[in-house]
Amino acid sequence: MNKLVIENLSLQYADGTESLSNINMDIAKNAITVLFGPAGGGKSTLLRCINRLNDLTDVETMSGRIMMDGEDILNPATDTIALRRKVGMVFARPVVLPMSIRKNLTYGLELAGEKRKSKLEEAVERSLKLAAIWDEVKDRLEEPAIALSGGQQQRICLARSLAQQPEVILLDEPTSGLDPISTGKVEAALQELKKDYTIILVPHSVQQAARTADYAAFFLQGELVEYGNGDELFTNPQEQRTEDYVTGRFG
Amino acid sequence: MNRHLSQRLGFSLLTLIAIITVVPIISVIVYIFLQGSPAISREFLLAVPRSGMREGGIFPAIIGTFYLTIGTAIFSVPLGIAAAIYLSEYAPDNAWTRIIRLAIINLAGIPSVVYGLFGLGLFVLFLKFGTSILAASLTLSIMTLPVIISTSEEALRAVPQSFRTVSVSLGATRWQTIRRIVLPQGLPGILTGVILGLERAAGETAPILFTGAAFFLPRLPGSIFDATMALPYHLFVISTQVPEMPIQIQYGTALVLLIFVLGMNLIATVIRSRARARRQW
Repeated sequence: MNKLVIENLSLQYADGTESLSNINMDIAKNAITVLFGPAGGGKSTLLRCINRLNDLTDVETMSGRIMMDGEDILNPATDTIALRRKVGMVFARPVVLPMSIRKNLTYGLELAGEKRKSKLEEAVERSLKLAAIWDEVKDRLEEPAIALSGGQQQRICLARSLAQQPEVILLDEPTSGLDPISTGKVEAALQELKKDYTIILVPHSVQQAARTADYAAFFLQGELVEYGNGDELFTNPQEQRTEDYVTGRFG
Repeated sequence: MNRHLSQRLGFSLLTLIAIITVVPIISVIVYIFLQGSPAISREFLLAVPRSGMREGGIFPAIIGTFYLTIGTAIFSVPLGIAAAIYLSEYAPDNAWTRIIRLAIINLAGIPSVVYGLFGLGLFVLFLKFGTSILAASLTLSIMTLPVIISTSEEALRAVPQSFRTVSVSLGATRWQTIRRIVLPQGLPGILTGVILGLERAAGETAPILFTGAAFFLPRLPGSIFDATMALPYHLFVISTQVPEMPIQIQYGTALVLLIFVLGMNLIATVIRSRARARRQW
């Protein structure tokens, strides 16, 4: 079952950095799809198309479609606010908002107009548990989120995107600044989460890609070189360039 | 020459220069305090001037400066902050925006007496506000705007871009992001700029000279269309226009003005250091 269908997606930024050329890709529901490859390959750009965060950037040209449940989310008429509630995002550097842990989690819901205490309370507990950080912060929800460690902050960010009960979660190198233990916790949380969500992950290493991928897509300079089942792609790549990268010959 | 020696020489030189810049400020403050403090009394602060201003107090001037500062704040603060939000959060980088910025920079460089003449032409004569608190406040507002706009814009820009990106990615509109994240985080910086701008307005003479300041008005202004006495102009008058003026009263007035302005400065400093201690980024 496909959650997203990307058709002939091409994009160029005004400043000439990164780009995507003619990407075609189906992204499965309830699975972790990994986008990997060397820097500047267009992975983050693709993520930022899926929640239309690219609207904030200087995009020179864009063409193609991204169908989500049958609707083209790149259509200018798309309600981007509603889209971003359905598509959560976690960034490379954990960015907690300058407020308490609780407020960080309820931020999106309150913007959406949710005022009922019980609903907010329920969302806080549920999302913190999903992000595997409930036990560490349940007694200090009123403290500023910035007081937490980097690894905890990143799980708060994950929980924050989960609080709105999105359908898709985009993760852009979410563990790049974390220690191995925190990284393990985030990866374990993702394995749990994929039962209910569509997860698209840009990993920070090939090893992480191989560990986590149900499906893997290798991006090189804006081009989708190879895309397929994770186990197969990492053990038996079809393309020479994929093999060279996976075996560490470049990148 | 030995590297250590030249380093020490350099540091000594810089310390000396630092001391040279601080000494005049301190001596002015100390001198005015010593000369002026004998004049300060209940009567001096709370009575109207008498005997051609040679006796009595400076109450109308204190209140006048207070009114003018408030009036200036009413016009310049909302306008200045709104302009800063526009420039920092909405304005695209194009010719139009560059013209606005150029105008603000130039506005900051105009001599204050020119603002006074402009205020006389526009507010006093053309709009027929007369020589009044209203006209003077508006004139001071225009003079204060560039300070408030540029410091506020800087304060807003200092809020990390990542907060905005995260907020938008969570489904916030641009305005919600500004309201809930950018403005609260930038507020201490904005307040500092506002106070520094108003402080300058409170101490100015030239802009109110033709637009609202009264030479001698031994009562409190009754409406915003009345002229008013004001500390800086009063100081100018008693220092140069009144013969046989007791020197104590002159320095007393200077001291009150100085305390008024330094007091605002102190508030700004407190706000800034408190915000810095609580900042979460």
